[in-house]
Amino acid sequence: MRPILMKGHERPLTFLKYNRDGDLLFSCAKDHTPTVWFANNGERLGTYRGHNGAVWCCDVSRDSTRLITGSADQSAKLWDVQSGTQLFTFNFDSPARAVDFAVGDKLAVITTDPFMGLTSAIHVKRIAADPDDQVADSELVLKGPQGRINRAVWGPLNRTIISAGEDAVVRIWDTETGKLLQENDKEVGHKKTITSLAKSTDCTHFLTGSLDKSAKLWDSRSLTLIKTYVTERPVNAVAMSPLLNHVVLGGGQDASAVTTTDHRAGKFEAKFYDKILQEELGGVKGHFGPINALAFNPDGKSFSSGGEDGYVRLHHFDPDYFRIPSI
Amino acid sequence: MLWRPEFHGRLISVNDMFSSIYFYDVVAVGISWLANRDDDDLNEEDSLEFDAGFGSIIVVDNLPVVPKEKFEKLEGVVRKIYSQIGVIKENGLWMPVEEDTGKTRGYCFIEYNTPQEAELAKEKTNEYKLDKAHIFAVNMFDEIDKFMIVPDTWAPPEDRPYIPGENLQHWLTDEKGRDQFVIRSGSDTEVLWNDARQVKADPVYKRPFWTESFVQWSPLGTYLATVHRQGAAVWGGASTFNRLMRYAHPQVKLIDFSPGEKYLVTYSSHEPSNPRDTHRVVLKIFDVRTGKVMRDFKGSADEFAVGGTGGFNGVSWPVFKWGGGKEDKYFARMGKNVISVYETETFSLIDKKSIKVENVTDFIWSPTDPIFALFAPELGGGNQPARVSLFQIPGKEELRQKNLFSVSDCKMYWQSNGEYLAVKVDRYTKTKKSTYTGFELFRIKERDIPIEVFELDNKNDKVISFAWEPKGHRFAVIHGDNPRPDVSFYSVKGGKVLKLTTLKQKQANALFWSPTGRFIILAGLKGFNGQLEFYNVDELETMATAEHFMATDIEWDPTGRYVATSVTSVHEMENGFNIWSFNGKLLYRIPKDHFFQFLWRPRPPSFLSPEKEEEILKNLKKYSKKYDIQDQDISVLLSEQDREKRKQLKDDWERWVNEWKRNHEEEKMERQTLRDGEASDVEEEYEAKEVEVEELIDVSEQIIQDV
Repeated sequence: MRPILMKGHERPLTFLKYNRDGDLLFSCAKDHTPTVWFANNGERLGTYRGHNGAVWCCDVSRDSTRLITGSADQSAKLWDVQSGTQLFTFNFDSPARAVDFAVGDKLAVITTDPFMGLTSAIHVKRIAADPDDQVADSELVLKGPQGRINRAVWGPLNRTIISAGEDAVVRIWDTETGKLLQENDKEVGHKKTITSLAKSTDCTHFLTGSLDKSAKLWDSRSLTLIKTYVTERPVNAVAMSPLLNHVVLGGGQDASAVTTTDHRAGKFEAKFYDKILQEELGGVKGHFGPINALAFNPDGKSFSSGGEDGYVRLHHFDPDYFRIPSI
Repeated sequence: MLWRPEFHGRLISVNDMFSSIYFYDVVAVGISWLANRDDDDLNEEDSLEFDAGFGSIIVVDNLPVVPKEKFEKLEGVVRKIYSQIGVIKENGLWMPVEEDTGKTRGYCFIEYNTPQEAELAKEKTNEYKLDKAHIFAVNMFDEIDKFMIVPDTWAPPEDRPYIPGENLQHWLTDEKGRDQFVIRSGSDTEVLWNDARQVKADPVYKRPFWTESFVQWSPLGTYLATVHRQGAAVWGGASTFNRLMRYAHPQVKLIDFSPGEKYLVTYSSHEPSNPRDTHRVVLKIFDVRTGKVMRDFKGSADEFAVGGTGGFNGVSWPVFKWGGGKEDKYFARMGKNVISVYETETFSLIDKKSIKVENVTDFIWSPTDPIFALFAPELGGGNQPARVSLFQIPGKEELRQKNLFSVSDCKMYWQSNGEYLAVKVDRYTKTKKSTYTGFELFRIKERDIPIEVFELDNKNDKVISFAWEPKGHRFAVIHGDNPRPDVSFYSVKGGKVLKLTTLKQKQANALFWSPTGRFIILAGLKGFNGQLEFYNVDELETMATAEHFMATDIEWDPTGRYVATSVTSVHEMENGFNIWSFNGKLLYRIPKDHFFQFLWRPRPPSFLSPEKEEEILKNLKKYSKKYDIQDQDISVLLSEQDREKRKQLKDDWERWVNEWKRNHEEEKMERQTLRDGEASDVEEEYEAKEVEVEELIDVSEQIIQDV
């Protein structure tokens, strides 16, 4: 089907997130204003005004009442999804980047960038049921990795936090003790910055995308490398289909080099791979800048991509897609 | 090897000394501890700094022995001689004296700023006559070891047992009849089989840092040449790639094999010590098998920078062009108003004289016969016409000459069998404002060499590319001015130029004939982003059109069965290569970052006589049966392997999925607790419940009257 082009952001997209029901799509961009859309027709529902910097990441609670956003204005904010009002602001000394609600939505992980001599850190915050009781204190602060942490998510049963970033290493941390439990095997791991990380719906495995032009599938418990998907371009965004054994990789050449080459040279396609065979199935073209964000609708019947070009493209799959033979 | 000699307070490592000795004749002396290094990798030597050792120091022997009083005078004389050649380092002249008498010892050390200067000083002043009794003997200090190890008593050289060589053409006996190619990407150089049946490349040999700049096959495919700081080397062998020979030539930049691969020409260019001077160039011609220097040429870059384009530092490469087919009998180079032809029996000029040709700017040998064609442009503002001449060697007779008028430029193209020579002539129009193109076709093999003049349909069309069909009588021309030029095919059979067809408006700027003729690729490289059209000239039809986005290079395999298109690192993206069948079917593609080179391994010419080839062509069905069966077998095998692999992958995946499911089930209760008892898991099917919500909107009472 023809994709729905959603032009609501004035700057490059950074992140996309569907709620659990798959009827809402949240988008973050460098233009300070996270936006929520109807996921079926792409109609804009509202915006969340209040940030004063690029918004890097967001997460929505299971019951679709709370939204958390991390921004370069050195804060992470909690929002009421329905009314768009700010409920709470977590202030930091450096830009906030990745945010993720834990199972049960009582905890959230927020990462902060290295900034003015500060190293990057992973903060765990308790999210109060009533916003009036919310406190700013961190339950836990994890430090250690060099360089930026581009993504941190909760592992199974909130027992671990999985982080990945500029140093190309995937780490698993214990949320009880704050200790580093595991680092991935250097031999098989990524060679360059890991830009994105997507969990499976049941949190048993996750996919990482890296500037080394590959994406890798890992087991969440053992951190075993299961699959590697090799592409021709740096990978900025990854997503896994909850329905079929497909993974999608998005990316393209560096934004700074885009204007100097033919649009075809950029390869700004969302590439579909067979999750098991690691073979390319096809691509979805359209963006005229690198793809920075990808998200699958929880029903697996549509997906959306957000690009450096400022567009969100919402794709509903044709019936043909579901007939792609799987081995 | 633990000693560290000390000199001038500087330390040098043993390796430094090796690097330079190692490539000198010392190897031939056969010192065992040097010989040990033979198996070492060249890349070990790569890490060595060439000029960190004593490379810039020379030793001057046979100086007069003078008493103390005359020391300064002698020093002055020596300094005067040697500072003419290069800049002597501060305190770089050291003349030792006898401690008790203060007399000089008859030798001195001189250190220059660069090894090149030292090399030059050695060259220029060795055997310099200061007076009758004192003839200088100049050596590089680095060579000291060479003299140190000469034993005082002569011992007869040991007889070395005969070691049978490997079959250097073993690769031709491949059962599957495959071809090899070499690729260079990043720091790796790799030789692979093109296993087109299995649609993949099969590795043969891989080596990091195999070469310092590029690799090159010899023309018959026997050797792979690598280039290093110390010289060139060739590799080959039956099972793997062993180093067969090394050719010492410091800072070698370019190499060129003779067509019969008997000789190797190496070239280097050296920075002058005085920036006003031109670069100094050194050329050496080696015998490929023995490694012996047959002849070397030295001079300033100016002497070698005559005519031609696309060279290195102004020198057009190859400097020496080989003539006379595969027998490597003659080589020639162009000088100012002369063409110097050498023969390889004595490596000297034929008749000790060069051929004088006024104002010659280009010459080119016939690929098969000892005949060359040359072009000399107009002289004296058109008083003396431009001309194209054919010369026969060794007689130096002029076979044919053609005068041409108002010529702006001229290019010569030989057909690969040496039967035809096409000369593309750009002439000025009467107003001299623009040019138009014509062709002169020489039919070499016919009596008196008839010349056919021919022009394009529209003679104002710019000719973008011209190519003869290998071994054939046809040629293709890309012509036209607009962004989509036309491509025309002509035949010259029977003395007449016959146009076969014109393809209009093609996105093409380069022509690539199959080495067996008949098929051609019309390629749009660079500006056309890698458009490819596979064309059959016998049937005059397009077999396929395709695109290898951004392709920069195209090369047919030596059999004409496959084509490689590649994107080399001139582009930042898309690097890698594709292998196509001759009819334009993409077989496989291999992306490689920092891709520099793709070269098919050439094959020597077939031993089959033309009659035999004809016979095979006639009964092709009979011969090809065997291969059809093989093809079938392999395709069955492939699909079987593929199925196996897929099954394996699927089974592995199932195992993971089952484990995940089990874990997930086990943790169900805990998850429920975390969610405050909310039972439904994300992954569980959520049921759509119909909830009836009754809402009371308004209550009003109205009394309905009884009827």
